[in-house]
Amino acid sequence: MAEQRRKVATSVNGKDYEREVDVRLSLADFLRHEIGLTGTHVGCEHGVCGACTILIDGQSVRSCLILAVQATNQTIVTVEGLATPQGMHPLQEAFWEHHALQCGFCTPGMLTTLVAFLRENSDPTEAEVRDAISGNLCRCTGYQGIVAATLDAARKMLAAGEKA
Amino acid sequence: MKPSPFSYHDPSTCDEAVDLLGSLDNARPLSGGQSLFPLMHFRYVMPDHVVDLNGVKELNYIRAQSGFLHFGAITRQSQIEFSEDVGRVAPIVVEALKYVGHRQTRNRGTIGGSLSHFDPTAELANVSMLHDAELDVRSKSGQRKIAMQDFGKGFMTTDIQDGEILADIAFKVWGDGHGYAFEEVSKRRGDFAITAVGAMAELGPDGAIQRAAIAVSGVAPVPFRLAAAEQALAGQRPSHELIRMAAIEASKAEAMSDAHVDASYRQHLARILTYRALERALKRAAEKQRG
Amino acid sequence: MGAKWFGAAVKRKEDPAFLTGAARFVDDIRLPGTLHAAFVRSPHSHARIVSIDTSAAKQAPGVRAILTFNDLPEQLRATPMPLWVPNPAIIQPFLQYTLAKDEVCLVGEPIAIVVADTRHRAEDAAVLVNVEYETLPAASDCEEAFKPGAPLVHAGASSNVAAEVLVNVGDTDAAFANAAHAFKRRIHQHRGGAFFIECRGLVVNYEPVQGLLTIYIASQGPHRVKRALMELLHLPDHRVRAIAPDVGGGFGPKQSFYPEYVAVAVAAMQLACPVKWIEDRRENFVATNQERDQYWDMEIAVDNDARLLGLRGEMVHDCGAYIPWGIILPWIAATTVPGPYVLPAYRLKYYAVMTNKIPCTPVRGAGRPQAVVTMERMMDLVAHELKIDRAEVRRRNFIQPSQMPYKVGIVFRDGREVIYDSGDYPKTQSDALEAAGYKNFKERQEAARKEGRYIGIGISNSVEATGLGPYEGATVRISTDGGITVFTGATPQGQSHKTTLAQIAADHFGVHINDVEIVTADTATIALGIGSSAARTAVNAGNSVHLAAIEVAKKVRKLAAEMMEASPDDIELSDGFARVRGSNRQQSFRELAIRSIGVPGFAMNEEPGLEHTSYFLPPRSAYANATHIAEVEVDIETGQTTILRFTVVHDCGRAINPLVVEGQVIGGIAHGIGNALFERLIYDDNAQPVTINFGEYAMPAAPDVPNFDIKHNETPSPLNPLGVKGAGEGGTIASIAAILGAVEHALEPFGVTVDEAPMLPHRLVDKLGEAALGRTR
Repeated sequence: MAEQRRKVATSVNGKDYEREVDVRLSLADFLRHEIGLTGTHVGCEHGVCGACTILIDGQSVRSCLILAVQATNQTIVTVEGLATPQGMHPLQEAFWEHHALQCGFCTPGMLTTLVAFLRENSDPTEAEVRDAISGNLCRCTGYQGIVAATLDAARKMLAAGEKA
Repeated sequence: MKPSPFSYHDPSTCDEAVDLLGSLDNARPLSGGQSLFPLMHFRYVMPDHVVDLNGVKELNYIRAQSGFLHFGAITRQSQIEFSEDVGRVAPIVVEALKYVGHRQTRNRGTIGGSLSHFDPTAELANVSMLHDAELDVRSKSGQRKIAMQDFGKGFMTTDIQDGEILADIAFKVWGDGHGYAFEEVSKRRGDFAITAVGAMAELGPDGAIQRAAIAVSGVAPVPFRLAAAEQALAGQRPSHELIRMAAIEASKAEAMSDAHVDASYRQHLARILTYRALERALKRAAEKQRG
Repeated sequence: MGAKWFGAAVKRKEDPAFLTGAARFVDDIRLPGTLHAAFVRSPHSHARIVSIDTSAAKQAPGVRAILTFNDLPEQLRATPMPLWVPNPAIIQPFLQYTLAKDEVCLVGEPIAIVVADTRHRAEDAAVLVNVEYETLPAASDCEEAFKPGAPLVHAGASSNVAAEVLVNVGDTDAAFANAAHAFKRRIHQHRGGAFFIECRGLVVNYEPVQGLLTIYIASQGPHRVKRALMELLHLPDHRVRAIAPDVGGGFGPKQSFYPEYVAVAVAAMQLACPVKWIEDRRENFVATNQERDQYWDMEIAVDNDARLLGLRGEMVHDCGAYIPWGIILPWIAATTVPGPYVLPAYRLKYYAVMTNKIPCTPVRGAGRPQAVVTMERMMDLVAHELKIDRAEVRRRNFIQPSQMPYKVGIVFRDGREVIYDSGDYPKTQSDALEAAGYKNFKERQEAARKEGRYIGIGISNSVEATGLGPYEGATVRISTDGGITVFTGATPQGQSHKTTLAQIAADHFGVHINDVEIVTADTATIALGIGSSAARTAVNAGNSVHLAAIEVAKKVRKLAAEMMEASPDDIELSDGFARVRGSNRQQSFRELAIRSIGVPGFAMNEEPGLEHTSYFLPPRSAYANATHIAEVEVDIETGQTTILRFTVVHDCGRAINPLVVEGQVIGGIAHGIGNALFERLIYDDNAQPVTINFGEYAMPAAPDVPNFDIKHNETPSPLNPLGVKGAGEGGTIASIAAILGAVEHALEPFGVTVDEAPMLPHRLVDKLGEAALGRTR
């Protein structure tokens, strides 16, 4: 079978992109190599490790298990889109405070997953946080800092009346 | 781990989709992609054509009507998980879905995809069996219905033929007061089940079991109902001995062995989980009666 | 200089980049014109290569080169991969060639490299390479491979034994002959692999005009990578540069050197353009080094008071098909066994046995977890047989602080004697028992049993060699812009070196850590380095930074004193200035640095520049120690274990940054939980790997790991100026034994013994027999 190419027109972190790509290019590879947003990482290419997690229309998904061509007309948010000109997202700040990252490779996937989670559950229990990241493997931190950071960020956002 | 080259098709109607699948050689339908893409990335599966069903919006729905709960095949698992209708009339599906992969995979994975892929451990196949689901399959030449009990043919093999796709899955809904429970053992949360048991039960006004349904998955290539136990339970009052008998029946089924665990462990878990699921389902039914 | 930063739990300098997606891992590096490599790998665990036909593959779209063994430069056909740690005990030092020569000895062994304009096309072409094999019998399990008549891992080898070593201290024959009691135990330990989330990878760029080879590599030590490539490719020192960018976890296997690296370099040199190879996860399961199996058959001799008289036994260690790291793994395991206990006599014969699998090289813990499991299982056995409390048995046998430095009587892998430098083992354990509520556990256990729940508590003690030499170095430089930069061979993969080393340096200059830039892992910036593994960086790099900073601060003071006509003792350094105490005279670092480089034409009396390079050479290992206490619940019907509570008292001497130390300990324990309860690499009898993806190989996820209660004691090491010890592996080393002990304790009513790791649910159900039927009995 020969390669087939197709146009992709998609919005990532509020910016529109149009590229022509090999249809078998994954969305993860598209983000990383076609438009240079290397914050999303590839850890397994079979949907288990969660390092490639991004948000499509606000839902957390594995970008390694989606084709770039399937992203046409979708709204994508990656880790690069979590901070604003005003500063890092409260969850990013909390990760920093609580030493919730060491090598940083799983971190983008953790952040996108948890941002989507906190939008749905703004006052989670510890068990709920652990369950929320059950599909994100970390080999460095042992998860404790990540959980502490998430609970802290949730508390702070609730107190400030902010949404995740 | 890149897939081999393929041509990509994105029909927007069911008719277009089955037309493509019926005329292309070595073509695979794509729905959630959570099972198909890993297979393609490992190059265990190398289709020449991928027919993306995600654009076939007409196959994405949840409809409760006339004693049935209909799911369009391309309905996302997370849509089902958070559906009020499902929570009301088929709550075991919501409980079972909590075991299906992780939120990220449920945001893409579909009910049709899961049933078509037919992994022996698939939770949705288990609850479909419990609800005596009727599966509506479409092709270029028309459509046909398959009863859930006739659907599974063997290990990851269903009655779906080349060129056909699952379009609608209809669950026969149980009454409001029914008790339910889904129990599963897997290596870690969200992993494929080693064994899972779903149980539903309805009690009569006298507290006796009017009917029970118990489905076991992960043990044999095809999920199965505990027909004998269900019969024995009908008309009886719940008791430890009755539940134990059902559990023992579950453990008698021929089980798969693999490099990870032996048949004997699956049979053992079938026994343990049948006990737990049935006990909890009966308790729930009793609570609903009281409440 | 007051220590403001040393010991402070400060946030990391590295984090903003990682948090906002601005980090740069090797696959993020994009050089123009990069081509992509994929490998053709053996599907057989043992086979002769009959022929290789690349003709069809060469025609595939986008292919630029395909290399097999015969396409390699002559020196690579003659020279295999380096043997990093030679040892006279090694009988058969089998090592891999860059690409398989004529025999493949493991599934995944690289046979050809395919270079194309995309990774997709390289993989497409790789599939078209036609290799004809003659399969040979394979050896899978190391104990089976050790038996006479077992299939040979390497055709034509004399046996499957790579080495046979005897560790012998004191007189075990006499000890056992006179012992009141002797107990036996057989323990099978499996340690799986590192499975960092970022797979291996490198980009090699060959620039032909200058003949410069630049390697960006996800490695734990680019200096060693450079050294290996120089030797293999016959390249001079100044034409090879290796850089580790941000690295997504290492845990040992990224410190190894692999044949793929050479193949990629050869391709880059032949094509004169950048070639990138990123290992995919399927490759990672078969091509990245692992630890795996050890079988321990042990016997312990004690007196009536449970005092240790002797320990003896045999151990069989799975090496895999090649031994690039010699026998350091079983060596480390063997020399770690005595732990914190007075052990008058110890005799271990171990066999490093080859199998047709990927080489075994250190994975976080590096053989020490196995040693601790062995010793602690034996201690529990003694306690059980003599009916004495397990903590008490341990207490009676501790080496006392007054006995430090304590000679164990054996030689460690670094060629130095095992001499514990410092540590208070009794206090570590008693603190841990207190924090874990050990005294009241019996009550908790009885209450649980009344509810039909089975809980247990396990204790484990470890003494861990850290700060492995030979050295690490640091160049501290104040440049003419006034900035302070530290260049070091330390190579972070998550251990926070860019913060901790800045903390050390900042104190010497009275600046904020943000004013010290730490440049790591670039061979162009410092000549010699080893890298970061074996819990060595705080000791080696930390002290080299400290020593170099002292010298540079001296230079600053001396120059400032001259410029301001004061005494160097009256010069204070703070916020980028040198100030004369009690006056308002000051010079900025910038001014001083400019002054220090002289003016063309004018004579100078001093060595120019405000810079100094120091290498720290530890005299021998610094020994950290810990006590781990695990409380678990076992579901006897499913065999699954939940960790309810986990308490640690950890002593790694002085902590540079408590947040970082805690993170290392917790992260290490997570690996231990994986080894104790989840992780198993399954191979069939033909050495075919069966667990080959993350769905099948279960690493702990967040719900599998509890919160940890970590307490720190600080017994400084007298062996280095900072008094630090390593902290990177301690969490893994003691945790496995604690969990296994807890599971056994929970199942005491059923007489189940736990002598294997991982202790998998279905195996527990087997051991429980009828009891596992629980309520369905």
